[in-house]
Amino acid sequence: MTNRDQPMSQWPSTHEFVIPVADGPDEVTVTIDGATVRAQRGELLIRVAQDSGTYIPRFCYHERMKPVGMCRMCLVDVEGMHGMQISCATPVVDGMVVDTQSDAVKEVQSGVLEFLLINHPLDCPVCDRGGECPLQDQTLAFGPGESRFVEEKRHFAKPIPISELILLDRERCIQCARCTRFASEVAGEPFIDFGARGADTEVITFPGEAYDSYFSGNIVQICPVGALTSQPYRFKARPWDLQTTETSCTACAVGCRGALDSSSNRLVRLLGVDSEPINHGWLCDKGRFSYEAVHSWRRVRNPMIRKEGELVECSWPEALDAAADGLRSAVESGGPESVAVLGGARGTNEDAYVWARLAKGVIGTDSVDAQLGDGLPARLALGLPGATIADCDRAAGIVLLGPDLKEELSVLALRVKRAADELGVPVIEISARDSGLSRDATATLHAPPGEQSTVAAKLVAAIGGAATGDPDIDAAGAALAAGDEERPIVVIIGRPSLAESPDATTQAASELLALGDRVRFLTVLRRSNVRGALELGLTPGFLPGRLTLDAGSSWIGDHWDTCPQETGRDAAGILSAAADGAIGALVLLRADVLADFPDRDRARAGLAGAAFVIAVGGFVTDSAEQADVFLPTTTWGEESGTTTNIEGRVLTLARSVSPDGTPMPAWRIAAELAQRLGADFDLEHVSEVQDEIARVAPSFAGVDADLVARAIDGAVLPKADHESEIHLVARRIPVTDMSWEPIPPGARSSDDAATHPSANGDSDNDADDTTPPEPAVSTRAIPELYRWDGETGSLVVAARDAYALRLVAGRVAYDAGCTVTESPSLAALIPDSVLLVNRTDRERIGVDDGGEVRVTTTRGSLTLPIRTDRATPAGIAFLAFNQAGPGAADLIDIAEAVTDLRVESVR
Amino acid sequence: MAATETRLLTSRLRDHPDDSWTMERALATGAYDSLRRAITMEPDAIVDEVKTSGLRGRGGAGFGAGQKWSFLPQGVFPRYLCVNGDEGEPSTFKDRMLIEGDPHQLIEGAVITAYAIQAKEAFIYLRGEFALGADRLDEALRDAYAANFVGKSILGSGFDVEIVVHRGAGSYIAGDETGLMESLEGERAMPRIKPPFPAVQGLYAAPTIVNNVETLSTVPHIIRMGGESYAELGVGRSTGTRIFSVSGHVARPGNYEVELGTTFRELIEGLAGGVCNGKKMKFFIPGGASAPWLMPEHLDSPMDMDYVQDELKSMLGSGAVMVFDETTDPVRIAWRLAKFFAHESCGKCTPCREGSSWIEKVLYRIANDLGRPEDLDLLLDFGNNIVPGLNAPFSQTTICALGPSTMSPVVGLVRWFRSEVEARIDASAAPAAMNVDVPS
Repeated sequence: MTNRDQPMSQWPSTHEFVIPVADGPDEVTVTIDGATVRAQRGELLIRVAQDSGTYIPRFCYHERMKPVGMCRMCLVDVEGMHGMQISCATPVVDGMVVDTQSDAVKEVQSGVLEFLLINHPLDCPVCDRGGECPLQDQTLAFGPGESRFVEEKRHFAKPIPISELILLDRERCIQCARCTRFASEVAGEPFIDFGARGADTEVITFPGEAYDSYFSGNIVQICPVGALTSQPYRFKARPWDLQTTETSCTACAVGCRGALDSSSNRLVRLLGVDSEPINHGWLCDKGRFSYEAVHSWRRVRNPMIRKEGELVECSWPEALDAAADGLRSAVESGGPESVAVLGGARGTNEDAYVWARLAKGVIGTDSVDAQLGDGLPARLALGLPGATIADCDRAAGIVLLGPDLKEELSVLALRVKRAADELGVPVIEISARDSGLSRDATATLHAPPGEQSTVAAKLVAAIGGAATGDPDIDAAGAALAAGDEERPIVVIIGRPSLAESPDATTQAASELLALGDRVRFLTVLRRSNVRGALELGLTPGFLPGRLTLDAGSSWIGDHWDTCPQETGRDAAGILSAAADGAIGALVLLRADVLADFPDRDRARAGLAGAAFVIAVGGFVTDSAEQADVFLPTTTWGEESGTTTNIEGRVLTLARSVSPDGTPMPAWRIAAELAQRLGADFDLEHVSEVQDEIARVAPSFAGVDADLVARAIDGAVLPKADHESEIHLVARRIPVTDMSWEPIPPGARSSDDAATHPSANGDSDNDADDTTPPEPAVSTRAIPELYRWDGETGSLVVAARDAYALRLVAGRVAYDAGCTVTESPSLAALIPDSVLLVNRTDRERIGVDDGGEVRVTTTRGSLTLPIRTDRATPAGIAFLAFNQAGPGAADLIDIAEAVTDLRVESVR
Repeated sequence: MAATETRLLTSRLRDHPDDSWTMERALATGAYDSLRRAITMEPDAIVDEVKTSGLRGRGGAGFGAGQKWSFLPQGVFPRYLCVNGDEGEPSTFKDRMLIEGDPHQLIEGAVITAYAIQAKEAFIYLRGEFALGADRLDEALRDAYAANFVGKSILGSGFDVEIVVHRGAGSYIAGDETGLMESLEGERAMPRIKPPFPAVQGLYAAPTIVNNVETLSTVPHIIRMGGESYAELGVGRSTGTRIFSVSGHVARPGNYEVELGTTFRELIEGLAGGVCNGKKMKFFIPGGASAPWLMPEHLDSPMDMDYVQDELKSMLGSGAVMVFDETTDPVRIAWRLAKFFAHESCGKCTPCREGSSWIEKVLYRIANDLGRPEDLDLLLDFGNNIVPGLNAPFSQTTICALGPSTMSPVVGLVRWFRSEVEARIDASAAPAAMNVDVPS
């Protein structure tokens, strides 16, 4: 009897203990091994020692996680304290005197290593960690010379898979809890923990359940032994054979920094680099493992041209001539606007700029769109006051107004989770259904698709102190208003559903702009360089550098031969015009409109109607299959350049391997085509493109080849506003060069790649081997950058009839895009297409969980399974976008504000 | 050997063995009188009274109870009281008797303590195996709620207190105070790094006091007698009475409540009837499996916590006295105790996780005539990396005291029986290297 009828008081919402710090001055002086060291009071001794050059050995401590004090390797003598202290959990105070080298300390270090080794299998010759293993290295440095343990070691079956991607060898495990803490503390997915006790302690999953996580690769990276291995990297290379270059991940637009390892001209591994402003060392599995796609057998190696109905390989001159002829004849017969370019968000900044210059500055068409009807209007992406990712940490509050970040920009979701859980930042989510962050959010305000601006307006009123009549919104507003006035309110805004008009998001953004100077926006755009493409003019109505056609035509006239006078067509307009026969030449720049455009009917008609199609990219996608000419490009890992992430941060991409065959960087293809159309861009090297961008595109002013090569964490646009955030040298000198520890940015320079002789001698796109030319000085004042005034079109959302469900078509991490389908390890993880609904709706439809339903819209109908989903409120249906086969794109008519479904049971 | 018990905590359950746990019997014999009195006192006055009594924790560490309570940070609420009923130390069975025999005494002590420290919630963490104790405690708690000794505004005082009984799932380390709190929170029972100490950030990161069942069962008697009168019992800083669980080769094993300062001889030979079957004593363990062993020549030492620690380099620990006669093989005892610790090591700290099973394996070899001449020194050498110095008071490389406890049997074995073990190893002539499968 525990008297549960008696009410218990409310548990404190956060019940994590913190290590107390003794009072004293904030600036403290500590003596470590006789040397005087300055530090901040409360910093952990192990970090203070490391930053001053004393590496205290450790296994369990990780800078990005809370200390747990398990391995006992970091014990040191602290004067005046009884017994040795674990330096990972000892905050420094003024006057502390520490000895890390005493005989007693050395004896215990040696003792801990001896203990760790008694049950360790010592199968180093066949262990992937061998050669970069802290257990090996620290045994050499601090351990005993021989083993005194003569008994039988502990045995487990090895290795066992704990997910599709990760294998666990429990014999090698030293029980440091780095993986289990990552899962619960960093990712919020406590799906692995310890089982059993004592020497039998093992890492386990829930019985019968896999460790399914979008972040599982991180536990392999931080494992201090070879206990955790990833299926893609297992037995692929020895650490001492790896060539490492620092780069940015391009699986999405967060731009996580990574250390890209190759061996024998094959990419074999990507490790997260601990970039403070971006990813804190973490990567999502999609980013970590999608390097596999680079070496897919389906990559197109050589150019192709359509002959007798088939795409057949040809020479580059033949392909380029044919493409140029297609463009020329389109202009001659239909004028510049009969040429259109779709795509460009998957390449580099250099690709985007040179293609923009080709389209707008040579051909003269403004019908160029990097987004495929599935993003946000460029005026939001470019014209909203921008936040940085790190602003989330210091925000007065975060408003999530868009898609599920865990699915779209996974590593950003970790940052928001950390802000909410550890930094106490209130997170208010406005969404049609619950997301992967709802559990961490202060409040989730449900707004039906298309109606988020109503909730946004009320929230703005509530922040201002008004009573809105909705207590949840009032409380959310009060939580946001409670923050320090000096700190920004960060709105993470994106398109929550491809089945609703982007105007719904635009209107909500407009409402939130009313918060004035305090509000800053991070735009959720998925493709890796969509921000860079928009910044550099691959969108109708804009010129490179955040200039509208009107504001920038005279500026651009100093640099380019021509420029469009009229705003051109966007993706939807281009496809409609093509369907009507008005597009004489359509360029698909790494764009698969059949997969990505929300309205497949319109995409199909557009592709069929285009007189001449030039596909540029790495794979023959469904769309590219209809091309007349196919021009293969190099991809990530094979080309150097820069990318721009969601916050407008320009980051370097390093070339690590040479491509098979003869693919070209996309910017070079554009330059070659321009030459054939009579314009010589005089661009030979990627650094020349970067310098031209810095000269021509005002938002890139100052971000030239020299700066991008030297800025450790890149540079946020415009540089003038973020000057103080640029670091030209690494802020921390790495004490250790071990991959299991946080890898400081800049520690792994791209010099390795530059000196690495490439297989085909094609070294001309390396950034490091030429001196950039002096920039030409422009006499004209730099025009003002575009800012959105909040003006929106009207959007009428019709009422849903009682029998229909309103569709949310959202992207999920593993979709049928090339990044995933061409990476064998990830392709297996693509979920089946399932309609997710609330239980009440499923019961009303009268079908069992998992049963088949027929879904009908004005556009078409599909048959697919239905499943109950607790994240989806009544009246809403969720369907993942871009899964294999018929899907959401066959249901959506982009002319409609929202998409209502009629769902019937199939008997 | 003239020895008598001093029955404070055990008087009700000894005098009324058939119904001591019922509310009727408890009320008839003065239960809750101390609560009625305490509830009229200022909370701080109760803390002072307990400080005056000199009451020290009965769980093992012997820390001053009133002193512990005064470590609570001023003005920080909520606070929690945890009653440690996870009695897991081998051969200790006093708390079980108190819970089964006199649950009202424990509830009264817990409520007084909760009032003294102004905690509105108390958790009684019961060892999972205490099925009878859990039933009796549940019944007693229901009756106490009904009588308004627990619940809202107890006895009309305006003070609310809720008591929750939580049954553990069978882990020794849940008896460590931070392990107990982790277990209560639903985590694996693994001790936490300290600081923070529980009084500052304990259960749910709130200020928390964790006290043993016997400690809290003593509190009503201190209120009844007054701290000063209580302090007159006992010796030196070891005031009052303690219940000793005597087991092993004795004629009358069982729980005996005696004044502290009574000698081991009075307890073992007087109350427990001495070594049974006419045998002689070989050695005894004075305070649970974690305590280093003592020899017959120590029998006249007083059971005074400070004396046993400072002079005998052992401890009174949980108050479990294990007696072994002359036929006992000390290596097998050491091995069996080491096996317990190896089994119960939670796996958190490397030295304990790996060291405890290593100790067990080496002792198993020696016990089975596969010992090597260097084995004893090997044990002491790597054991020194768990307990630098190898002696109480413990310095340790682990988070909690389980690590050093694993070495106690080894220290006892080597201290008192080295030559016996060495002679046996010489006779067995084991090969220098071997693989031995230790049965689990």
